[in-house]
Amino acid sequence: MLYREAGDFKTSYAKDNQTFPIKFDRTGYWVILIAAAVVVPFMVNDYWASSLLVPFLIYAIAALGLNILVGYCGQVSLGTGGFMAVGAYSSYKLMTAFPWMDMFSVTILSGVITAIVGAAFGLPSLRIKGFYLAVATLAAQFFLVWLFNKVSWFYNYSASGQISAPERSVFGILVTGPNTAAWAQYLFCLIFVVVLAWVARNLTRGTVGRKWMAIRDMDIAAEIIGVNPLRAKLSAFAVSSFFIGIAGGLFFTVYLGAVEVGEVFGIQKSFLVLFMVIIGGLGSIFGSFAGAAFLVLLPVVLKVVGVDMLGMPTDIVAHLNLVIVGGLIIFFLIVEPHGLAQLWRLTKEKLRLWPFPH
Amino acid sequence: MKKLGTLTVAALCAAAPAMAELVIPDLSYRTGPYAAGGIPFSDGYQDYFTLLNERDGGIGGEPIRVIECETGYNTEKGVECYESTKGEGALVYQPLSTGITYQLIPKAEADGIPIHTMGYGRTSAVNGEVFNNVFNYPANYWDAASVAVNYLLEQNDGSLDGKTIALVYHNSAYGKEPIRTLNALGEKHGFELTEIAVDHPGQEQKSQWLQIRRERPDYVLMWGWGVMNQVAIQEAANVRYPMDQFIGNWWAGAEHDVTPAGDAADGYLSLNMNTINPDYPVFEEIRAQVIEPGMGAGDGSNVGKVLYTRGMYAAMLAAEAIAKAQEIHGVTDITPAQMRDGMAALEMTETRMKELGAPNIGPVFAVSCQNHGGSGEGLVQRWNASAGAFEPLTGFITPDASIIEPLVQEDSLAYAAENNITPACAE
Repeated sequence: MLYREAGDFKTSYAKDNQTFPIKFDRTGYWVILIAAAVVVPFMVNDYWASSLLVPFLIYAIAALGLNILVGYCGQVSLGTGGFMAVGAYSSYKLMTAFPWMDMFSVTILSGVITAIVGAAFGLPSLRIKGFYLAVATLAAQFFLVWLFNKVSWFYNYSASGQISAPERSVFGILVTGPNTAAWAQYLFCLIFVVVLAWVARNLTRGTVGRKWMAIRDMDIAAEIIGVNPLRAKLSAFAVSSFFIGIAGGLFFTVYLGAVEVGEVFGIQKSFLVLFMVIIGGLGSIFGSFAGAAFLVLLPVVLKVVGVDMLGMPTDIVAHLNLVIVGGLIIFFLIVEPHGLAQLWRLTKEKLRLWPFPH
Repeated sequence: MKKLGTLTVAALCAAAPAMAELVIPDLSYRTGPYAAGGIPFSDGYQDYFTLLNERDGGIGGEPIRVIECETGYNTEKGVECYESTKGEGALVYQPLSTGITYQLIPKAEADGIPIHTMGYGRTSAVNGEVFNNVFNYPANYWDAASVAVNYLLEQNDGSLDGKTIALVYHNSAYGKEPIRTLNALGEKHGFELTEIAVDHPGQEQKSQWLQIRRERPDYVLMWGWGVMNQVAIQEAANVRYPMDQFIGNWWAGAEHDVTPAGDAADGYLSLNMNTINPDYPVFEEIRAQVIEPGMGAGDGSNVGKVLYTRGMYAAMLAAEAIAKAQEIHGVTDITPAQMRDGMAALEMTETRMKELGAPNIGPVFAVSCQNHGGSGEGLVQRWNASAGAFEPLTGFITPDASIIEPLVQEDSLAYAAENNITPACAE
């Protein structure tokens, strides 16, 4: 009825190629964007910002980054936590070394530094694939965490080895530090998410993205038709690490404010982001958001329902969370390997035919 | 289904805004690699407040409401717990994690809610003029390091010249805290410090103990927590490192840390900031009025154990501070700012501890707005495997203030400069 192409005439190639070919999707996209940018900031409080929205937005950036590498280019990576740590420590060093620098520059530069590190660790991907590459990136994860723990220059020789974000502002509005308003935190992250998601979408449907997908689907065939594997793989590692570096930077500066590398950016984080990508859907922008939302919201929802409403013991609920996440990962791998994004795609297919299916 | 309905109704009733209450969040962890330490501590913390509610109707006539929130020793969940409970009128936070403490210090300063980090957290919070809302009485890590060294000095007739001491530490903010003090003490007393890091969670320590077997340091100090302690003590037994030269700090000296190694752990030494005695009158009351009627936070098997005692001691100090705040401000329904004043004026005397049913449970100390650290005293206890209990080996040992004081000043003033704080007592 509402959701269909019929009557929506495209009169130019640009219109034919747009991201949302169906009018309903287009309006939906703008409505969500405007609501997120204009309505939510007025309603958000500390709890909503720091327990739900800010972590969701930051994890969405990390999941987008990992999806570019794993979902679009087919290079398995277990180094996400380590790369996020690079972003966080770059932000810290930039913030303390150049106190005049604004947070946009700090965050983007952290992304650039992470991109360089990521590309360096991507070099083995030219020779090895699959599980072997996963192990190489796993080495990156452990090496980076070890490095940030061992070399005290990275944490400015503080006694505890913790880094904590000083107060910094953008256009006179605080975005880091304990006195930051909830809406400022949220909007700052939202700007990065919107811009980066737009970049990711347009990269993946252009030449670069098609090269990545060619490498993913069959690297030898791709090489024969003229895709340079060196460039394709390293650019995927660099772009992916850029996203993950920004996520790591925001995670430290805006969200947590103080970070201990072994605990926050350990192997657990790499798996968490990988699970987001798997549950959300490999090779899908929407999937990155869906996966991040799912894994950020699930523990909070379970806690609210289990502990606050039903009065269950806190440890039972924490264990239930593990059981449910584990069960869901197995469920998705068996029943729907393409994740939530595929479910969404199927729903849309069905909606187009509704109410008269064949 | 009927049960579910009743539960929901009960929960809704419980969630309805109750009149004047003293809200104490308990950021506990009953899951994950640190649960073995988190469970008894949290049980003790909650049971004491339940006892006060049952026996005295709360503090000064105000009932206490404890909100438990599971952190799993994870900083992200810790932040979630903090944000979800602070709106309820939380009076004091006790996160039992140095990582979460570092996270909460700036937030709590901004929100004006006190944090009590008893024997953990940021050591330089002793300087109350910089850290208005953070309290770490009765002792902190730097005190612990100094107490351990003072004990060793005593064992070696006042000289550690030329001795070697290895520090096995949890590779995190928690484990790194004492290094600076131990280095300073090493310079003063002429011992050599070897730092041996163990990564989270600490289940794999073969290489660390191989290094100890090779180097044979005269003493091993340990800053461990959770599963790391059990593994370290087992590994020490495996490489036949003498237990009487192996000293854990106060987070590495509970029953569950030593029992897995069995008789091999006999003689293991650890520090403690409180005495242990399962027969304190207060424990009798908890058993009779909290555990028996089935209102205990746990199954009651932990009552009187090392960490249960410490959790209860923490609750006792919080309750005393609440009473103090009520006395200072002449109201019973206190605010977090008034709670801070109560904590800053807290005084623990021998008579008061006896009145509370726990004679000599901790050192005698008084807090002031300048000094949030208490006396810093600690004792050394020894594990008796056949009796299955820790036995005190010394009385409370005073730390070396001449080393710690300048370090506290240096670190806290650096924090003040970084964060534009002018050191002053809170209004």
